[in-house]
Amino acid sequence: MAEHFVIVGAGQSAAQAVATLRAEGFAGVITVVGDEPFAPYQRPPLSKAYLSGAMERDRLFLKPDAFYADARCALILGVAAASIDRRQQKVSLANGRVLSYDKLLLATGTRVRRIPVAGACLPGVHYLRGIADVDSLRPGLVEGQRLAVVGGGYIGLEVAAVAAKLGLEVTVFEALERVMARAVSRGLSTFYEREHRGAGVRLELNTGVEAFKGEGRLAAVRAAGRNHPADVALVGIGVIPNVELAKDAGLPCEDGIVVDDCARTPDPAIFAAGDCTRHTTHDGALVRLESVQNAIDQAKHAALAMVGKPTSYREVPWFWSDQYDLKLQIAGLARAGDTLVLRGDPAARKFAVFHLRNGAVAAVEAVNAAPEYIVGRKLIAGGTKVAPETLADTSIPMKNIA
Amino acid sequence: MPKIKYIEHNGKEHDVDVPVGWSVMEGAVKNLIPGIDADCGGACACATCHVHVDAAWTDKIPPKQDMEETMLDFAQELTPTSRLSCQIKVVPELDGLVVRMPKSQH
Repeated sequence: MAEHFVIVGAGQSAAQAVATLRAEGFAGVITVVGDEPFAPYQRPPLSKAYLSGAMERDRLFLKPDAFYADARCALILGVAAASIDRRQQKVSLANGRVLSYDKLLLATGTRVRRIPVAGACLPGVHYLRGIADVDSLRPGLVEGQRLAVVGGGYIGLEVAAVAAKLGLEVTVFEALERVMARAVSRGLSTFYEREHRGAGVRLELNTGVEAFKGEGRLAAVRAAGRNHPADVALVGIGVIPNVELAKDAGLPCEDGIVVDDCARTPDPAIFAAGDCTRHTTHDGALVRLESVQNAIDQAKHAALAMVGKPTSYREVPWFWSDQYDLKLQIAGLARAGDTLVLRGDPAARKFAVFHLRNGAVAAVEAVNAAPEYIVGRKLIAGGTKVAPETLADTSIPMKNIA
Repeated sequence: MPKIKYIEHNGKEHDVDVPVGWSVMEGAVKNLIPGIDADCGGACACATCHVHVDAAWTDKIPPKQDMEETMLDFAQELTPTSRLSCQIKVVPELDGLVVRMPKSQH
């Protein structure tokens, strides 16, 4: 009988794994199970072009239907996986169906973190993770309306930027002292705070939201002991990895399904990739990444391991965020204690911050600065040592530093 | 719908209809044409959708913005007609456009 590979989760990792499995010559049967009623689609545009209306839904899909047909890959959509029986190598689905697998890839992604305050279920309070979320949020983004964004991370700020451009009155509530505190260095936060304020967005930092108020629908956000009138709210306070399937099956989980550098769990028949995983990097750190890059690259390694060609995942992580006309591109993973080097002038809205660790470039955050980003990625991959004064000197083109 | 000819590095040609408003990158990806990775999905963030525009067409395409120019600067197999296909918007005037893919996007 033909080998059967089952992929649970129908996101970016799943689409990549199908492509890589077939490119590697896997000739068996592939089944992808997803709880959303959609074939794999791109999530990044959801808080950007899809939200603004610049991109229609059809364009979100990663592959045409013909791709799955050509790959002889069955998509079971709108059905969650319920449990894994590792001994019998079976996955049970919420609709009662049971799939036997020879190899199983968990690409279950994440779900939004819900805010545990009163009124959070009021109509008008939204989250953003999937197509359906945006479809329900967008009609409320009307010029002149008041939008409260809870959480000043990537999602919150991207939505704030779109809404400000649409002419809404936007207030962002951030519990920490600066925006994007988890994702970028302090200087970048300061820069983005200024940009948002310049676009008319109100930022309430160090301000956690205490409740949502309203009779039958949202009317105000309660924060710092005060009611802030709001017609619509978007909560973007992070995501939680979907580890329950793996955990219930006895696989090690630690804020993410733990996998090795080849995307393998301790069960030789089970692999995992994407946002739901925590993996060991080449320098021994255990990290969970939420990114398209990780979804794609880790899925490639998972697929390779599934066909018996395990290879170590060493790609440099990269991320991006679009806010207004600013393109933020980040490569590498910053750590506390890195030496920071500024290149360029934030006032010119074109600059980069390099992070040096033991003299080598470990990460770069680039704003409208593609050369710094691209060369930075290469320097990070090579573990290249560069003198801080060289990086800071804009009279030396990045090409000459590469 | 404008027709675009994509030519793989090995010479294999693909003629496909691409809706107006889409990017040349999307036309390739949605038609399963190999040679364009487009990891970032068209955000001009990854430089994995590099194409060489046929010389007869370079004047008919709006010039590169700064971001594209600099992303391309570091691409492999760069030529004077190199573009990031995610940044070329399909318009009726591009009916018949010919692009060639480099050997590798990485």
